[in-house]
Amino acid sequence: MKMKSAVVIALAASLLAACSSSSDDGKEAAAPAETGKVDLTFWSWAPDIDKVVEKWNVAHPNVHVTFSKQANGDDLVTKILTASKAGNAPDLFQAEYQALPTYVSNNAVADITKEAGGLKSKFAEGAWSLVTLGSDTVYAIPQDSGPMMYYYRADLFEKYGLTVPKTWDEFAQQAETLHKKDPKKYLTNFSAADPGWFVGLAQQAGASWWGVSGDSWKVSVNDAATKKVADFWGGLVQKGTIDKQPSYTPKWNKALADGTLLSWPSAVWGPGVLSSNAPKTAGKWKIAPLPQWTAGENKTGSWGGSSTAVSANSKHKAAAAEFAAWLNTDPAATTDLVKISQIYPAASDAQSGPALQTAPEFFKNQPDFYTVAKQIAGTAQGFTFGPNVNVTYAAYKDAFSKAIPSGAFGGALDTMQTSTSDDMKKNGFKVS
Amino acid sequence: MAQSARAGGRRTAPYAFLAPAIVLFVIFCVVPIGYSAYLSLRKVQVKGLGLGLGSRTEVFAGLDNYRTALSDDELLSGVVRILGYGLIVVPVMLGLALLFALLLDSAQVRLSRFSRIAIFLPYAVPTVIASLLWGFLYLPTLSPFQGILGDFDPFAPSTVLYSIANVAIWGGTGFNMMVMYTALRAIPREMYEAARIDGCSELGIALRIKIPLIIPSVVMTGVFAIISTLQVVSEPMALRPLSNTISSSWSPLMKVYTDAFARNDLYGAAASSVVLAAATLILSFGFLRVVGPRAFGGES
Repeated sequence: MKMKSAVVIALAASLLAACSSSSDDGKEAAAPAETGKVDLTFWSWAPDIDKVVEKWNVAHPNVHVTFSKQANGDDLVTKILTASKAGNAPDLFQAEYQALPTYVSNNAVADITKEAGGLKSKFAEGAWSLVTLGSDTVYAIPQDSGPMMYYYRADLFEKYGLTVPKTWDEFAQQAETLHKKDPKKYLTNFSAADPGWFVGLAQQAGASWWGVSGDSWKVSVNDAATKKVADFWGGLVQKGTIDKQPSYTPKWNKALADGTLLSWPSAVWGPGVLSSNAPKTAGKWKIAPLPQWTAGENKTGSWGGSSTAVSANSKHKAAAAEFAAWLNTDPAATTDLVKISQIYPAASDAQSGPALQTAPEFFKNQPDFYTVAKQIAGTAQGFTFGPNVNVTYAAYKDAFSKAIPSGAFGGALDTMQTSTSDDMKKNGFKVS
Repeated sequence: MAQSARAGGRRTAPYAFLAPAIVLFVIFCVVPIGYSAYLSLRKVQVKGLGLGLGSRTEVFAGLDNYRTALSDDELLSGVVRILGYGLIVVPVMLGLALLFALLLDSAQVRLSRFSRIAIFLPYAVPTVIASLLWGFLYLPTLSPFQGILGDFDPFAPSTVLYSIANVAIWGGTGFNMMVMYTALRAIPREMYEAARIDGCSELGIALRIKIPLIIPSVVMTGVFAIISTLQVVSEPMALRPLSNTISSSWSPLMKVYTDAFARNDLYGAAASSVVLAAATLILSFGFLRVVGPRAFGGES
């Protein structure tokens, strides 16, 4: 009996240990800054960005950057916050705009105003305010932006006699028409796994989830504009005229590749996703502005968009900031980012630079890809992100997944609102 | 003088031999548990808008986190869900394991070596890989069993529990079978002979002699199965991205993970894991107390 109890205790203990121990290994070897060579680490998930980093390493023998692809999107936020708490975050990391307030609030990013404040003139005001959070402090350097646009299969649209929807009403009709003609095909899918996608669509409708007045926050995830968007998609899901599966799954990839899904409201970085997930559909897709809520309007939202941040743990802030500045403003580097990583650069010079003169390889059939993209980018609506976007996004995934069978998205939105404001109150934020 | 030194040595020697184990135990068990317990009593306090650097401080929270954990509907429904899952997994997995062990131990079986390895093999497949493997089989448009599945969707809200249980049973049966089989091999063969002379059938031998004699291993595998049920996390985590039906708080440990790493609330997560560990201890000891005296008879 004694022995067995000990086994049980040890097992229960290992459960606890598994929950609480954060990795202690992988601590950065602190290179002495004064003696010359500096080693930096950089976490990012932009496609093939390691090749751009390699070019920096060749040109700058004294500051070596080691690239590491640790995780994508929201998962990287998690990793950075944990690593930062443990004191072993990388020197540099890719920070999506919506995550930056969370990083700042958790002391994960360094203040690089001194090192990078001078770069302000290189970016549009909107992009710069995303990395200063509207203040005078610079927390990161903008890398790319993600204005949303409408990707559609030109060949299949022709085959089924569909026209590119100008409004969301038209979109709903097209979805119904298509599904009637061929019950196996869908105009698109509603993804309960992509909060960033949903917030982009809500931005287009004029949503404002967070606001600041004095020293208190205003949280309105379930505002009228977002409700409109949620009800619209909930209606489509209920009718069954669009697909309900989450995006970025093997099944979804197959649906894109075999023409089960005919269109995708996505962002300017879409070609990278399409070319790797559905390579055989090259030359069959086209882009157009997102359908509008009111005919004749011209608005869009943003899905993602990233900056390069220097972590608060970094022992080489100056060198790290220098690399971040080079990566996102140097003409050669931004050209590579466009060509190799297929991103839409945030730097003003790069947006009118040579790299954006030719369409991505995947969109050879649409030579004016970037001309159209640039026009669309100019119509992106501003948005303020709060200090606990991670909580809001986690709530989106659970609440909308749960609401998928019924299509009752209004209730899911209320759950997100409660979850977000409760978390802020619990942590001591003033919420009005 | 020399006498007392030797006596002192005799008293300290066991501790010296124990020291490495104790040190490791303290570093890898006591300290992490202590740290979790400490974290579970803390919380974050934000000043102002929380946007300036250094606006977050850690303060003492008392039992707040425990109050939240115990009144958390999601954690509770996760526990209920897992109890249902355990009611499927534990009896089916142990039942199959026992059946296979008895079959392999019976004299008539052919290809016993091959069968033993074949049944054990899934245990050697890492859980995450096994889950992905099954996940692909479950996805209607990708599954090679598309025709057989028809309209049956393994990821529907009503079936997902069984789909996940299936992965666990597939992976766990082999190991449990091995434990029981080993116990069976240790039974002296003369007993069977005596039973046969008394006119006992093969089935009778299995039911009246073999099973009663290996009850201690069945109980032990039962305890392990209960613990691993309460700790289930890899299977649902790996299957989650493939569908809408597995929430981030599907099992209690997933809830702990989401709280700690997606919602960035280490403190609440620490409190929940202390609660879970306590529940695991209570359940395991409860199980042992109920079946222990019968199973181990004179042993303790």
